[in-house]
Amino acid sequence: MSGNKLLLALASLAIAFTVATAEAKTLKIAGAADIPTLDPHGKSDNNTLSFLGNIYEGLVRRDAALKLQPALAVSWSHPSELVYRFKLRPNVKFHDGSALAAADVVFSFERAVKPRSEVRTIFASFKSARAIDPLTVEVETKWPDPLLVERTYAVPIMSKAWAEKHNAVDPVDMNANATANGAHRGAMGTGPFMLKSHQPGRSTVAVVNPNWWDKKASNLTEVTYVPIPNAGTRTAALLSGEIDLNYDLSIQDMARVRATPGLKVVAGPEIRTIFLALDQSRDELLESNVKGKNPFKDIRVRKAVYQAIDIEAIRKHVMHGLSRPNALMWAERVNGYDKALDKRFPYDPAAAKKLLAAAGYPNGFEVGFDCPNDRYLNDEETCKAITSMLARVGIKATLNAMPRGKWFAKLLPDYKISMTLAGWFPLGVYDAAHTLTGVMSCRNRQQGRGIFNLGGYCNPKLDEVIKASEREFDPTKRLALLREAARIHRDDIGHIPLHDSFIAWGMKAKVDVVQTADNILLWRYVTVK
Amino acid sequence: MLAFVLRRLAQSIVVMLAVALVAFALFNFVGDPVANMVGPDTPLNERAAIRERLGLDEPLPLRYARFVAHVAHGDFGVSYRTGEPAGRLILSRLPATLELALCSALLALIVGLPVGVYTGLHPKGAATRLMLTASLLGISLPTFVVGLLFIMLFSVTLHWLPAFGRGEVVQFGLWSTGLLTRSGLAALVLPSLTLGLFQTALIVRLVRSEILETLRTDYIKFARARGLSERVVHYRHALKSAIMPVITISGLQLGAVIAFAIITETVFSWPGMGLLFLQSVQTVDIPVMAAYLVLIGFLFVVINLVVDLLYFVVDPRLRLKSRAA
Repeated sequence: MSGNKLLLALASLAIAFTVATAEAKTLKIAGAADIPTLDPHGKSDNNTLSFLGNIYEGLVRRDAALKLQPALAVSWSHPSELVYRFKLRPNVKFHDGSALAAADVVFSFERAVKPRSEVRTIFASFKSARAIDPLTVEVETKWPDPLLVERTYAVPIMSKAWAEKHNAVDPVDMNANATANGAHRGAMGTGPFMLKSHQPGRSTVAVVNPNWWDKKASNLTEVTYVPIPNAGTRTAALLSGEIDLNYDLSIQDMARVRATPGLKVVAGPEIRTIFLALDQSRDELLESNVKGKNPFKDIRVRKAVYQAIDIEAIRKHVMHGLSRPNALMWAERVNGYDKALDKRFPYDPAAAKKLLAAAGYPNGFEVGFDCPNDRYLNDEETCKAITSMLARVGIKATLNAMPRGKWFAKLLPDYKISMTLAGWFPLGVYDAAHTLTGVMSCRNRQQGRGIFNLGGYCNPKLDEVIKASEREFDPTKRLALLREAARIHRDDIGHIPLHDSFIAWGMKAKVDVVQTADNILLWRYVTVK
Repeated sequence: MLAFVLRRLAQSIVVMLAVALVAFALFNFVGDPVANMVGPDTPLNERAAIRERLGLDEPLPLRYARFVAHVAHGDFGVSYRTGEPAGRLILSRLPATLELALCSALLALIVGLPVGVYTGLHPKGAATRLMLTASLLGISLPTFVVGLLFIMLFSVTLHWLPAFGRGEVVQFGLWSTGLLTRSGLAALVLPSLTLGLFQTALIVRLVRSEILETLRTDYIKFARARGLSERVVHYRHALKSAIMPVITISGLQLGAVIAFAIITETVFSWPGMGLLFLQSVQTVDIPVMAAYLVLIGFLFVVINLVVDLLYFVVDPRLRLKSRAA
């Protein structure tokens, strides 16, 4: 190309580019982790859902207060105990222009329970689905499930035709060659944004869907997600203006971001509850100097540990205000929460010492204390604070902080702990049932219950109440059962609840977001001034 | 010469086998890979099924033998984290690391050699003292701190250079380069400076001490006595002898730089092998860890081989010895 022509071409390109950028509202988000797969049934972690939840949709969705709303289904009914019927929204199109039909819903549901699907455990009650007509789906469950509609939130709807064409009929197998599966690097959903490009480890880009069925509250035209693993670099990128939103802002950087003109921090409670689990299953603790008996089997010792912890001091000085002390095992926005029951046993080290003496440990005892150091917000710092608080009442805890890979190896499958910090997030259903079944039920390997019951706490009466709540369809009666379960567990001091974690996002002041307690950033609510 | 090369390559296979053995022995202590693959509410029997499918509970000798057998076919297994074949994943990230390492090594040579020569030839000057203090800082400051300082200065305060990433890259088949785009070059500057700082300081001090030592030797005295100009003495004779150890050290450093650019890559979110390795350790991605360690073992052997061959080229004494043998 001659010099003049080249100059002209470059000039027109520059002009076109300026015009385009003047109207384009883009958002560049940085998070700690990369998006491991674009398969909507591939992973169930928050980071992936925070991206895919904008490209794919389910039959229902949640509003800013996490209440259930119709999405791809406009209404549903429950004609018999094991049958649900969903009426689909008419005129919904996938990103390639094809129409959403009941066949796509049936296909997606069946796909979600196939062997390699990550959402299989959430959708465990699903048995089969069939299309009654192009806009009506009938679902049959294996057992009576009052939460089936809630569960469909976790099952995004894919285009059946697209999946068949792109070798995505089965969920991606991350342990074989995943790239052979079209859903691993590609996406075809109905959501407000469409996938434009995906370079694993570098950046993923999505553009607005002009034919979305709902009215837009957002003025975004393009969203880019970049993984920046180092927390300091991520904050620096926000400070330098290279990114617009830091999805994983660390607590120590919050003050700096707040103090910078043009930037702000949006923080709020998360529906993740942090607690202590104490080994009550063994007759002798694995990591303690007490021989012949297990101190944690005595409720007085558990109460002593509870009352030795000053959770307000932890909130102020360790979490810098970013926690909400909780007496229950689930957070405020989780269905089943009851403010009347959210009253902690008071912080009282003197009472704790008396309880220990009454239980036969006037000089306290030694115990091993496990803690992850890269899993929850300020987890190691919380554990350090708890260690010093326990020392004041005589319990000498040896803190063993470790990365989550090693921590999980200790927990499962043999629960090789004496005392550990842990957290729980009621995936998918946002209901106390998830915590009750996973954390507070007696361990039962065959039935898959109490998997995360790290201390082996077991009260058969509580199990009865939990199982009754799993079959109760009347919402009022069910709520009463959930409250009863919380009461029994609180009286037993099965675990020691600590606080609800917080979410902190750092962003440019011109970005307006709606932060939901499930830490999923929904771009359909984001506006950029 | 050929026999020498073949012998070295055979040794490299032994090195890689040893590295793989040590790596596998360590993998029992890195944590639970299954926890990162499934959600926390996955039942125990499913976790056990996955462990069985991946062969995680088999005895070490069996897992090692199977690994060696697969590697002989070029199969390093599939990454637990990304679902991609581990070998292909590492090779796709190799260009980024190599480009960064070579740029930093080049930078270190371009800056370090002249500075080292100057400080060697003018040992008492004020400028020399300044340069030596700077080189001391370069050796003592950890890479992590240097990188973050650069980011705070050049990205956050001055907005001159990007804080993370590689910018736009141009793909040529298997290789991708950032040298051909403006954003790619801009993104290369800070990481190269960070990674090259230590090497520069090392080369400066090495060249300086070599030159100081060489200038005291007899043959330099004779060259001066014979009437050769200072310029010829310094640059044709002294410098040539000083280069030898620099080649050795730079070569060995290059291996270490490629293998352990982990910290720089993490700080700058540079999509290279180092960052990949760190992420695989954090998520207990055993296939990628094993593949990375074996490939790095091979890399070190090859680099050492190249360095030894360069000796033949530069040092006439070795050439004579081999011809006589």
